[in-house]
Amino acid sequence: MDNIFMPEPHKILQIKKLTAIECLFRVEFEKAGEINFGQFFQISLPQAGECPISISDFSKEEKWAEFLIRKVGTVTDKIFALKVGDILPMRGPYGHGFELSAYAQKDLIIAAGGSGVAPVRSLINHIEKNKSCVKNLNLIFGFRDNDSILFEEDIKRWQTSFDVTVTLDKGSGKEGKKIGLVTDYAAELPLVQKPVPDLQVIIVGPPVMMKFTAQKFLALGAKEENIWVSFERKMSCAVGKCGHCRIDETYVCLEGPVFNYVKAKQLID
Amino acid sequence: MGYKLDWNDFRIFLKNLSSDFQVYAPKRFPQQGRYSDTDCIRYAKIASADEIEYAQKSTYPAKEVLQPINETVMYFVEGKYIEAKEADERPYFIFARACDINAIARFDDIYLKNGHFADPLYQKRRQKVHFALMQCPEKGWDSCFCVSMGTNSADEYGIGIAFCEDGVKIDVKDTAFEKYLAPLKASPADFSVKPVSENIVKVEVPEISSKEIQQKIKSLDMWHEYDKRCLECGSCTLACSTCTCFTTVDITYTPETNAGERRRIAASCHIDGFSDMAGGHSFRPTAGERMRYKVMHKVHDHKVRFGHNMCVGCGRCDDHCPAYISFSTAVNKLAKEVKRLEGERENG
Repeated sequence: MDNIFMPEPHKILQIKKLTAIECLFRVEFEKAGEINFGQFFQISLPQAGECPISISDFSKEEKWAEFLIRKVGTVTDKIFALKVGDILPMRGPYGHGFELSAYAQKDLIIAAGGSGVAPVRSLINHIEKNKSCVKNLNLIFGFRDNDSILFEEDIKRWQTSFDVTVTLDKGSGKEGKKIGLVTDYAAELPLVQKPVPDLQVIIVGPPVMMKFTAQKFLALGAKEENIWVSFERKMSCAVGKCGHCRIDETYVCLEGPVFNYVKAKQLID
Repeated sequence: MGYKLDWNDFRIFLKNLSSDFQVYAPKRFPQQGRYSDTDCIRYAKIASADEIEYAQKSTYPAKEVLQPINETVMYFVEGKYIEAKEADERPYFIFARACDINAIARFDDIYLKNGHFADPLYQKRRQKVHFALMQCPEKGWDSCFCVSMGTNSADEYGIGIAFCEDGVKIDVKDTAFEKYLAPLKASPADFSVKPVSENIVKVEVPEISSKEIQQKIKSLDMWHEYDKRCLECGSCTLACSTCTCFTTVDITYTPETNAGERRRIAASCHIDGFSDMAGGHSFRPTAGERMRYKVMHKVHDHKVRFGHNMCVGCGRCDDHCPAYISFSTAVNKLAKEVKRLEGERENG
């Protein structure tokens, strides 16, 4: 019998420092073709423990997966001690991600706050390479300040293809960045000026940010059934056994992390 | 087929069984109770029929046989993982009451059916479990409410058993167990386990008709009572027949070595840290919210997903609470509140 809890060893190919406390780890992953946008892995380091980390990008051809890791806990502290060539044990991919078919040939807005950019990055990169898969894409990202901006290189590149808004909670609005919250600038996005009835909106970020951003887009004309959010919860197993991520009858590790807003608005812990 | 055995023959029966099975039963551990001069009755491997504590309800449930409170999942040495193996691979023979056998069906929901994978550790044990269904006193014990939960009888058992003054009565449901009786002087008897037909405690399970009512339940005043009373010690969930949650914890043997193990340890939604994420965010900070989360899971949420309520009415949570919080009273209060909410909804 295969033991699903036994992690598999994966070689670290690249480590890129993004901010003072966040690094991007590229890891060898043979079965990258099985990954869907917005899914996650359970990173599993001996003597530290396990934690769910969302897949921030992957390549079927080059067979790797990338993870944005913030140094904030026991497991992530230990991951930061690893070097290129070291082994990162993990298991996955798990969870229900973003279904590309839901956005096919439609107007799409992706709003992400802070490390919430990570779960949507692979989807944006895919659309960037396959522009015809959606009709139009607007991006709006919110960060705390200039030093907290993640994936700056990607954002600069995305700006050449899509309408991109970057907001900072505080600081100076250099290089076209706006000062304020995502909700303050949502109304300025081109796709909400005359929103089409099936305008799709993906929102990922801290719980409070997702709640108010969803309310904002509803007010701007998006329909509940066209809004998608991604939840983050504590998980010990990631396969529906440990119980930590349960909300009512829903298991975030199984039915989520990506939920349609119609379902998500009822999920109150 | 029913039999009557005197105690000496029952000893031999169990001895014969022990050669093929690891036999688990509620066992008394003198002076190991939570208070001075009290005993603890918990599940343990037994070698003799005399070790079975049949006259009282066990302090802790049968779940511990299948899902130990603390167990090693794997060992790691120099970055390599080694799967933990069981020391005794024989099938299990477990003496359990109807509530406990029904509770294991709830464990099956989570560990075998939930998600895309069966839990390998649980599955390995579960597929070789045989139960002896123990008959309970006519009304169960003071805190039992199995009749209200519909878990007063069980179908999954190899033998049914009732303990009498001079021996036992046995109902052999699975004929594979006949061979252990064959060499004995078992006299035929008309016997089958009699389920508890009425408990002292009666519980009304709330009928929640919509998500709208479910949302309103979350802001009911009744939960605030537990903010003041609940100590958030988690002993109710440890004693619960059906609490399945666990946390994985890595242990390093000594600071100098690169060796240790990964353990699975029982977790409780009543205790701080259950929902904590790295970075400091957590959910349900108050005792009242945690009580609501647990109560709703036991008498509503699990049923939505699996078709039957999680709670099996064993009453061990009520027996255990150091603050005398009664789960059954909480469910009855909730049922009353739900009726009020449903009424308000109908009257617009």
